[in-house]
Amino acid sequence: MDILLFLLLAPLIAAVLLLALPDHPIRDWVVRVAAVVIGGASCYLLATAFDKGSQVVAFPTEPVGQVMTVLAVVIALYIIAMGAKYRKPVPIVLALVQAGLLLWFELVYAPGMHAEHNLFVDEFSIVMALIIGIIGSAICVYAIPYMRTYHGQHPEIPDHRRAFFFVLFVFLSAMFGIVFSNNLAWLFFFWEVTTLCSFVLIGYSGTTEAIDNSFLALVLNLVGGIGFVGALLWLGMTQGTIELDRLVGAGAAVALVPATLISFAGLTKSAQLPFSSWLLGAMVAPTPVSALLHSSTMVKAGVYAIVKFAPVLSGTPSGFFVGLVGGVTFLAASAIAVTQSNAKRVLAYSTVANLGLVVACAGIGTYEAVWAAILLIIFHAIAKSLLFMGVGSVEHQVHSRDIEDMAGLVTRMPRVGVMMLIGMAGMYLAPLGMLISKWATLRAFIDAPGGVVFLLLIAFGSAITVFFWAKWMGILIARPNRGEPIEDRVPREELAVLGLVAFLVIAASLLFPWISKFLLEPHVLSIYGHTAELGQDNIIIMLLMLGAVLVLPLSLLYFRSGRHRLAPYMGGRPTTADMHFSGSLGIQREMGLHNYYLEDWFGEPRTFRAGVVVTVVLIVLMFAGLFVAGGLA
Amino acid sequence: MINVLFAVAFLVLAPILGGLIAGIDRKLTARMQGRVGPPVLQPFYDVGKLLEKEHVIVSVSQNFFVLAYLVFIAFSGALFFAGGDLLLVVFALTLAHVLLVLGAYSATSPYSFIGAERELVQLMAYEPMVILAAAGFYLATGSFSVMEIAAFPRPLIAVLPGIFIGLFYVLTMKLRKSPFDIATSHHAHQEIVKGVTTEFSGSTLGMVEVAHWYETVFLLGLFWLFFAWSPVIAVIALAILYLAEIFIDNATARVRWGFALRSIWAVTLVLSAANLVWLQYFGGL
Amino acid sequence: MAYMKRSPWIIHYDGSSCNGCDIEVLACLTPLYDVERFGIINTGNPKHADILVVTGSVNEQSRQVIRNIYDQMPEPKVVVAFGICACSGGVFRECYNVDGGIDQVIPVDVYVPGCPVRPEQIIDGVVRALGVLEEKRARMKSGEPAEAGV
Ligand code: SF4
Repeated sequence: MDILLFLLLAPLIAAVLLLALPDHPIRDWVVRVAAVVIGGASCYLLATAFDKGSQVVAFPTEPVGQVMTVLAVVIALYIIAMGAKYRKPVPIVLALVQAGLLLWFELVYAPGMHAEHNLFVDEFSIVMALIIGIIGSAICVYAIPYMRTYHGQHPEIPDHRRAFFFVLFVFLSAMFGIVFSNNLAWLFFFWEVTTLCSFVLIGYSGTTEAIDNSFLALVLNLVGGIGFVGALLWLGMTQGTIELDRLVGAGAAVALVPATLISFAGLTKSAQLPFSSWLLGAMVAPTPVSALLHSSTMVKAGVYAIVKFAPVLSGTPSGFFVGLVGGVTFLAASAIAVTQSNAKRVLAYSTVANLGLVVACAGIGTYEAVWAAILLIIFHAIAKSLLFMGVGSVEHQVHSRDIEDMAGLVTRMPRVGVMMLIGMAGMYLAPLGMLISKWATLRAFIDAPGGVVFLLLIAFGSAITVFFWAKWMGILIARPNRGEPIEDRVPREELAVLGLVAFLVIAASLLFPWISKFLLEPHVLSIYGHTAELGQDNIIIMLLMLGAVLVLPLSLLYFRSGRHRLAPYMGGRPTTADMHFSGSLGIQREMGLHNYYLEDWFGEPRTFRAGVVVTVVLIVLMFAGLFVAGGLA
Repeated sequence: MINVLFAVAFLVLAPILGGLIAGIDRKLTARMQGRVGPPVLQPFYDVGKLLEKEHVIVSVSQNFFVLAYLVFIAFSGALFFAGGDLLLVVFALTLAHVLLVLGAYSATSPYSFIGAERELVQLMAYEPMVILAAAGFYLATGSFSVMEIAAFPRPLIAVLPGIFIGLFYVLTMKLRKSPFDIATSHHAHQEIVKGVTTEFSGSTLGMVEVAHWYETVFLLGLFWLFFAWSPVIAVIALAILYLAEIFIDNATARVRWGFALRSIWAVTLVLSAANLVWLQYFGGL
Repeated sequence: MAYMKRSPWIIHYDGSSCNGCDIEVLACLTPLYDVERFGIINTGNPKHADILVVTGSVNEQSRQVIRNIYDQMPEPKVVVAFGICACSGGVFRECYNVDGGIDQVIPVDVYVPGCPVRPEQIIDGVVRALGVLEEKRARMKSGEPAEAGV
């Protein structure tokens, strides 16, 4: 399986090249070429491996393992140095603890634990590789024009683009590492690399706020990392296997403790409550970073790990509570999203919420739930990256990321506006991606033990989801003050990437029966022995709906022709075309439209506090569940 | 399996039935108020007239959204009567209402904007109950397929009393009747001008009206499922149900949206949770 | 098919009436007169309305509003002036702030004088308006402008 190695190394080589090259257009070309190569390679992986089931790869372990240990120590030292530089004691302590534990594991136990197969690939990894390879590299290409504009608009921020792209590609490499590692120690190493990369990327602008938030992300992810090392140590102490496939195959009796510990790490990485604050803080980073970290990679690593262990978690008290953390996060984060008017924060909370749904599925861990979880991961990655990039492009032209300032976007930036509408529809409307997944999720929940709780969480949560997406869409198509069109100013390359991803949103929805048939169903079948599938009828109905959604806009051509156009009703007040009217005493006023934010209902601090309390209790119960299930007793 | 014949029958007959129900509704409402009331066919006259009016627009996209609203309302009803998947029906319905809301947003008038926001509040209020009702049917019958639920030989009302009451509570809102007609409502009720439909006129408004007929029939079909084991009882029950709605409409005043949301969520949470837990742990029938 | 006559929806605007005529208009909706018998509905929204009912005379304040409401109504549409004030300005005709009847601003199709108009007269006025409405619809259908004289 040379292709795995290629996918691991290609981004790394590109990264090194980018670091070495001087500031020159050629660097942009390296990014573009690397993106195409990586995307192509992941498609090649799909083409060659999709029908082969799960394959493990023997790979010389010792030297690589040692290199990784050394690098892990270097990472720890770097974190300590940064902590010292910015006077942050907590990360120093955490890094020391983690490095200490890791060294303990590496020196005492690792030599005795021989991993035969260090790499593997199965249908789930292929899906993840496609997401990383296509969406991830598309975001890197988008970053080229974005960062140019970014530095044009923020001259006060030092231009470290060279390091920026270097870290982006290292990040991609590490993500491939996560989804291809069968050796848990390797997985952990790549895990830590993503933590470090996110730390660097979030702090990119160097402002106090950015630095603080990057440390917040670092601290929370280090806490999760300690959970991960804990799992490794536990495996070492109990002479367990360090190979992922064997561990998962061993069942709950053996694997529940490491599974729970790694799930804990996954909860931090996927920014579930109570750890969600790092993801919100990360919104200070340039938008491509947000797109990369919060749609297709970083956070997906967290849920990937939990979903990987879903068969172990299934039916255990710990798994139930892991799932509940996700469910509660879904509800709370959706509610908070209603109250936000900052576009990136809405996206962030919606990300947290959707990941919660994935975690809930994984915690339940039945075959239907895993099937639904992977669907959620796919569709969320595509639609959310489109939205992040859309917001980024809009922000650069409108100079605001406030949703209210996007009023009338479809007239000012028709293409970007429509693509954002597609992305939002993809997040919550039938028959597009996420709703298919939500449908699957509901079916999975209902059959699960204790499913009623999950049902309630998802029923209320998705109703709230509809509210905040629809009102945002509404703002985009309402046009109180038709500003001049500004789409020409958006760099062509940004538009191209947006168009590609928007196309993917629709294509994935169209192709989803096949995605399910060739990737998800075999995967679930190989783990559980039976699989969820869609009835023929339902597929036809979905495709019918999709067809209608795609065809109906043609009616616009008909409605456009020769109709008498009237002004909006303003209570009888004569109103100008740009919605100015003469108010009392003849003063000219401008009409303004503002969404409902329901602060009194879902106010951020209150909902967040409640969510934290509940989830902390649930996490305690999750660990307590280990004793009940006999994992530790 | 789904039955295409039923779907076609729904598409053709539902507007007729829905329009008649609307006409009877207006007549009975008038009688309750001591008036003579319009002819039973009045709703058809109204829509006929709307189609005769000039085609005017406020924004180009508004007509598209309303057309799509009508298409998807009809689609979800057809899917329901064809015996399709209940969850898909619910989702298609949500899509339809979001399209209506978007149509209202695109018109840019402050009145339709407020109507849109309120319609969204409504959507948020009743959505959980509808999803949980679908879940209740599944737990009781073991299937999401409307066809199989309808063919279930025992009275579902006996195992789903909580779901039934909850859904009935929400029905008032779905039918746009007092006290929950917060987004827009029927004739002769004064509004923040006319809510979501403020900027729709002529044939566009006609489409909204026809969509409402479709939805009325679909909703009655949903309630039919509770009594499907005996068609006679079902017809009687639906008649009583609708009469009760008319009475409530005439006997109550509109509440504020906050109260509507809060009370519907409370009812949903308590009744459906109790009902579902009971079903899941103590078995239905 | 002429549904127009069977479903006239009205919007009522008070130009500067003393409220006498307004009360009478509202009285038509009560059980005693019940104009909904004829399919008449008081919509309060020009985009939905077929008949613009104006009571009271025109003054500087109401001038633009009447025009605006009229413009917002889709064709075919009919204007009915209820009460002598709306017809000509009535007893307020000579006031410093009154411009006169609403035909100063928009074309009026039916004049129903009275101070105030009685509900019977109102119903009669609306029925007359229906005839005009039907005429305009027929004209519109044959491709001519609905408003002949404007
Ligand atoms: S016509 Fe008479 S009742 Fe009517 S508004 Fe004028 S003064 Fe008042």
